Amino acid sequence: MRSVSSNLIVERVAAMCVSANRILPQDVRRRLTDCAALESSPAGKEIFRQLKENYELAEAESLPLCQDTGQAVFFVDMGEDLRVEGKNIRAAINEGVRKGYSEGFLRKSVCDPFSRANSTDNTPAVIHFDIVPGDRLKIIFAPKGGGCENMSRVTMLTPAQGWAGIRKFVLERVAEAGPNPCPPIVVGIGIGGSFDSAPILAKKALLRPLGDKNPDPALDALEKELLADINKLGIGPMGLGGTITSLDVKIAAAPCHIASLPLAVNINCHCARHEEIEL
Amino acid sequence: MAEYRLKSPLSDADAHKLRAGDMVYLSGLVYTARDAAHKRLTALLEQGEKLPFDLRGAVIYYVGPSPAPPGRPIGSAGPTTSYRMDSFAPLLYKLGIKASIGKGRRDLKVREALQEYGGVYFGATGGAGALLSRCITAARIIAFEDLGTEAVRELEVIDFPLLVINDAYGGELYATPDLKAAGL
Repeated sequence: MRSVSSNLIVERVAAMCVSANRILPQDVRRRLTDCAALESSPAGKEIFRQLKENYELAEAESLPLCQDTGQAVFFVDMGEDLRVEGKNIRAAINEGVRKGYSEGFLRKSVCDPFSRANSTDNTPAVIHFDIVPGDRLKIIFAPKGGGCENMSRVTMLTPAQGWAGIRKFVLERVAEAGPNPCPPIVVGIGIGGSFDSAPILAKKALLRPLGDKNPDPALDALEKELLADINKLGIGPMGLGGTITSLDVKIAAAPCHIASLPLAVNINCHCARHEEIEL
Repeated sequence: MAEYRLKSPLSDADAHKLRAGDMVYLSGLVYTARDAAHKRLTALLEQGEKLPFDLRGAVIYYVGPSPAPPGRPIGSAGPTTSYRMDSFAPLLYKLGIKASIGKGRRDLKVREALQEYGGVYFGATGGAGALLSRCITAARIIAFEDLGTEAVRELEVIDFPLLVINDAYGGELYATPDLKAAGL
């Protein structure tokens, strides 16, 4: 049994909260650059120019890329041969969030759903745990803004609706969201599973690097087809009209009940922040 | 599409000369308010109390800035999505504000209020909060400090870049999604 100290988790999570909110990942930068070259509208080109200037400035001046530094969402793969010494892992991650959001001058955006009183330290984080073979600890952090999260939806289709129904729901959702979620967006789609697992599939799909290939060739083809169709909507960067409404589409699928076809569409903004550490 | 340099507070004439698609570089004072502050401002109005700032000619910026690091007036400060303020906005336009700044679509009642009272809705670039913070030279909390990022702040801005999304004549800049082209 290997052990990791909870203090190390606190420190590394705190550092990751700060850097993920200041430094846009390379895959997102590359995709923004590639898509900017395809953009035909002058207004859209100007938005791409501003987004590049923004991520360069944020990194150089140690400022958050966006004032909405998100609700802190984590995916944790915990090796079954690993033990955390000190605090329990949930407490350690929350302590890291508290420290990172305070020391990094990040916005505290978590509140009670009824009183709307702010928790003032951005906790509690949303943490998805998975127990995996081995003795490693992988922690993925994806701060998620409220604007694009609000545009996300989950629905239960019938098996008869199939891919045509999935496609229609996704396109209508993106069209209805329009300029609200800060296009160019990334569209995470969870298909199958159950009512509760489809949105987690969708969110996890958003963690894949932009511009990569889905390991499943059938899903890869569907992603490319849907991306092309979404971009035909013409919403464009910031909704001002143009070629690029979406930077990428990511699909994750899982077996479901014979009566159901769960579908979740998790929209991410262009500021697709994610970072991971392994301990 | 024209380009203007305007100074806030805005006049009726300022609002009426703008058309959807125009670019505006705004200088002067703007007031921040988002969900929680709008609720409180509206409650004050219902109780007949004085508001923390003069609504006449005012520009309201829908933003919850990140905390100011040492040596800066404010942290990142880009727009939040505006539709959440739609239920509050018509009354504020009726009482004299000339513009709001945000991102995303407004509902019919807001667009009608712009026409009825002579106002505009500006869009700023969402997700460019670091860049936009450079146009903010001073910030101070003037109400509801307990709301943290949602407190009402008076910001001094210089050449803050804005696009007119909805004008006082029913004009709108946002693209209409082409469902047919997407094969629906």
